[in-house]
Amino acid sequence: MPFIPHTPEDVAGMLATLGAASIDELFDEIPAGLKGARLAGVPPALSEMEVARLLAERAAQDGRPLCFLGAGAYEHHIPAPVWAIASRGEFYSAYTPYQAEASQGTLQLIYEYQSMMCGLTGMEVSNASLYDGASALAEACLMAVRANRGSNSRRVLMPRTVNPTYVQVARSIAANQNIAFEIVDFDRALGRTPVESLRAYGGEDFAALVVQQPNFFGNLEEVHELTDWAHQNNVLLIGVVNPISLALLSAPGQWGGRGADIVCGEGQPLGVPLASGGPYFGFMTTRMQYVRQMPGRIVGRTVDIEGRPGFTLTLQAREQHIRRSKATSNICTNQGLAVTAATVHLSLLGAQGLERVAQACLQRAHDLVDALCRVPGVKPAFGPPGFHEAVLTLDRPVAPVLAALAARGILGGLDLTERYPELGQALLVCATETKTDADIRAYAEALAAVQGEGLRAARGAA
Amino acid sequence: MSKIPDDLQFTRSHEWVRRLPDGALEIGITDHAQGELGDLVFVEVPHSGRGVKAGEACAVVESVKAASDVYAPVSGTVIAGNAELAAKPELLNQDPYGSGWLMRIEPAAGVAPAVLMSAAEYSAYVAETAH
Amino acid sequence: MAELGLREPVIFELSRPGRHAGTQFPPRVAGTAQVPAHLRRAAPPLLPAVSELQVVRHFTRLSQMNFSIDTHFYPLGSCTMKYNPKVCHTLASLPEFLGRHPLAPESQGQGFMACMYELQEMLKDITGMQGVSLTPMAGAQGEYAGVAMIRAYHRAHGDLARSEIIVPQAAHGTNPATATMCGCSVREIPCDANGDVDLDALRAAAGPQTAGIMLTNPSTLGVFERRIEEVARIVHDAGGLLYYDGANLNAILGKVRPGDMGFDVIHMNLHKTFSTPHGGGGPGSGAVGVGARLLPFLPIPLVGREGGRYRWLTEKDAPQSIGRLSGFAGNAGVNLRAYIYMRLLGREGMIRVAEYAALNANYLMKRLQAAGFEAAYPGRRASHEFIITLKRENRDHDVTAMDVAKRLLDYGFHAPTTYFPLLVPECLLIEPTETEAKEDLDRFCEAMSAIRHEMAHDPGKLSAAPHTMPVRRLDDVRAAKQLDLAWKPAA
Repeated sequence: MPFIPHTPEDVAGMLATLGAASIDELFDEIPAGLKGARLAGVPPALSEMEVARLLAERAAQDGRPLCFLGAGAYEHHIPAPVWAIASRGEFYSAYTPYQAEASQGTLQLIYEYQSMMCGLTGMEVSNASLYDGASALAEACLMAVRANRGSNSRRVLMPRTVNPTYVQVARSIAANQNIAFEIVDFDRALGRTPVESLRAYGGEDFAALVVQQPNFFGNLEEVHELTDWAHQNNVLLIGVVNPISLALLSAPGQWGGRGADIVCGEGQPLGVPLASGGPYFGFMTTRMQYVRQMPGRIVGRTVDIEGRPGFTLTLQAREQHIRRSKATSNICTNQGLAVTAATVHLSLLGAQGLERVAQACLQRAHDLVDALCRVPGVKPAFGPPGFHEAVLTLDRPVAPVLAALAARGILGGLDLTERYPELGQALLVCATETKTDADIRAYAEALAAVQGEGLRAARGAA
Repeated sequence: MSKIPDDLQFTRSHEWVRRLPDGALEIGITDHAQGELGDLVFVEVPHSGRGVKAGEACAVVESVKAASDVYAPVSGTVIAGNAELAAKPELLNQDPYGSGWLMRIEPAAGVAPAVLMSAAEYSAYVAETAH
Repeated sequence: MAELGLREPVIFELSRPGRHAGTQFPPRVAGTAQVPAHLRRAAPPLLPAVSELQVVRHFTRLSQMNFSIDTHFYPLGSCTMKYNPKVCHTLASLPEFLGRHPLAPESQGQGFMACMYELQEMLKDITGMQGVSLTPMAGAQGEYAGVAMIRAYHRAHGDLARSEIIVPQAAHGTNPATATMCGCSVREIPCDANGDVDLDALRAAAGPQTAGIMLTNPSTLGVFERRIEEVARIVHDAGGLLYYDGANLNAILGKVRPGDMGFDVIHMNLHKTFSTPHGGGGPGSGAVGVGARLLPFLPIPLVGREGGRYRWLTEKDAPQSIGRLSGFAGNAGVNLRAYIYMRLLGREGMIRVAEYAALNANYLMKRLQAAGFEAAYPGRRASHEFIITLKRENRDHDVTAMDVAKRLLDYGFHAPTTYFPLLVPECLLIEPTETEAKEDLDRFCEAMSAIRHEMAHDPGKLSAAPHTMPVRRLDDVRAAKQLDLAWKPAA
């Protein structure tokens, strides 16, 4: 019996203690009419060997294409110790650290994580993580509405250069609390949000302005100007950032004169594999003055009855299990295992390593754009890449090109045609430190071949 | 047994009210309430000038195990919040009817006076709701 | 006398300038790409500067300070701390699964999507529902989806006045918090002395303002809601819908289906019932299942099958969906582990889960009662968990549930859940799960008996517990008052 250790003797002894004739008797409180689920839709059990075979076949079906896709999930080298440590049973199979004295490992790790995220983002306090970058943005908007004392507004300024899926998720989560988003357009030539388009909102009341850096197109926003505009207008600044890029880019705590108010983003690039989209983790940092408005768990350092230092969950009175309907959020969990991986990852890289990874990403993206734009019909949509992504325009529909590249084992990027029709036949490409010269050459050659075939096919049909 | 001073009035949500000589009301939470909450770690009081409606939550008291709203017993304007509680929330545990006061409210003119319990009524109320 | 310090220093204290784990750095790339000066970072971030061995040793030593299922019996009620099979992690970590980009085309995802589709189908069958979405990333998000779908349903029917959610007093705190997040008001109703919902109170509470009721069955009190069909009738007759909190699904897996009990929507905790890793606090997965009424509103994306090929069902396929709750498709890796677990269990194994969970829980309750402990609902069967109340011991010996929990750590057991549900004073909510052997349950009883003896003869042992952990009892008042939430270098 998989995972059930009971022998017939055990069962007999236990039933005797209970004075029950059979295990079925233990379910005698359930109305008879309700019982009799037959689970016809669940296949018979498989041994571990059989399951391993099945999953290996399924994995082989999916293969391992060469990946130039980003758009919110990024391929990075994950050092071997990261998951060797995160997979240890003491981390993998531990619960939430509610019994602090029996969970000092997890608690200290989270404290170290919080410290690293504060350092990376230039802010004063971090929580223990949220589900992912998209839901972290939703929570940040809810938090800004709660925290902005200078404003009763439930409106948030949302540029179109913010990841559109993040905006969708923020809508799904925040709509039920009457939070509305005012969409701000981007400059067509520069591919970023000009502070001039915000001046139109100067007289109105908004709780927050969201700025993503680098933005969804891979371009750099003028974060200092945007942050100062927000503060001049009693608007809180929410920064959505990429953690690897923070090795090179100005920390949000240093944006403008006062710095961002709430910072969030996707932590996946820090040691968490792509894995078809999850589990990832969302990070959130803020100023100390807003700490009681911040959702999620927080670990604090304290002392025990002998004066020995130790760690514990704190500020729990904000959370659902105490405040119930007045909670800051209904969030119950953090993404513990993903945070464990990220903390080990950041410890291995350190500031120096993170900078090397980020620099490699920036250079590889430049090299990729150069190589692809040498293919006839391919042009950059904006200036050079701000970090590791860029938008290119093609002289023909993007979808068939991507399909042809996929058939050749290359994931060429994200088709932007539907979401940003004004950009024409646009493609979002990404290159991280994992891409070599040979990889980039392979993509360029494949693209040239696909473009060439298309041209020949068109001529043939003419 | 929690202390319940005779000269104060009380609400069903465990606030006490003291009528000040100038007509303003001084408000805090009772000894029973602070005992239930445990050691307070954080108190948030309203800023002066804020308008409040009767029954509106206008302060928060937070311990390790619970966070509770404190409600305005009347409509009016907050004329003072106890600023000492920010650094020393424990004052509220130690001296809930004295230095642990939370706020003072000037009742709005023409509004019906709050319906409050006497010390005896509050004492009975606490006994009946205790588990 | 040396000042007591941390058993393992904070990693920043191990840092030395110039120390690094160089093998992990990518090779330098030639080129001149640079960030414009005004947007460039001014000073490097404060991160550790340590060697790879120091990292490995530091985090390994931290792990050794944790209790976990792999190391300790962990009878944490309502959390279902059953064995997390290693093979689920191994197979979910196959390179093709691990390296797959979420936006990769369907042509390069048929293997992964087959697993997700089959998971959806199995969960439908187990719960008696018509549709399943795997996207909510935790139980709380699953709850959010459930209540949001209920609201969307009423709005689609023009029933805008239905904005009140009924919640039993014994409910988990996420329930009312979720209702509020969905813009609903909350109406709490009491339970009766036997632990069932008070039907009179329910009849009084249900009306034209009722959007729905959120229930767990078995309830948080560890007992089966015997009149659930009547509860369903009352709420449906009033025009409301029934939401099932699946936290206790382990008790009825293969025995009863929430759909058959009359529920319209259920969230499941894959990290409880389907044994995905607890990870020190996540990640979970809160898949939702719905009956026919709520099918159009399921959060997207879902996996569909057409002509033997799998495809993503998105906005176009589900125009009335409550939308997306995550950046991609939820906690895919967690869902994959749940799928693998379910294939290992199969139909027979699934049915056995509730049987042996109930056997272990009832046996443990009986033995603890024989040892002198008071069950909160002695006249009722335990479901997969049960509550012991220490109110008498508190009165007689001034001992609290917290003291007993802390003392159990010294005996080598993780404590049960304490002080939940709030309704029962000084309570321990105990859930052994089906993967524990009889002798481990017996050892737990022996420890509890020893602690009982200490209550009367050596109470100081309890009030000052734990004595043998890396730290003694921690000052959580100080933690909340003197906030130290991030390491800072000494001035």
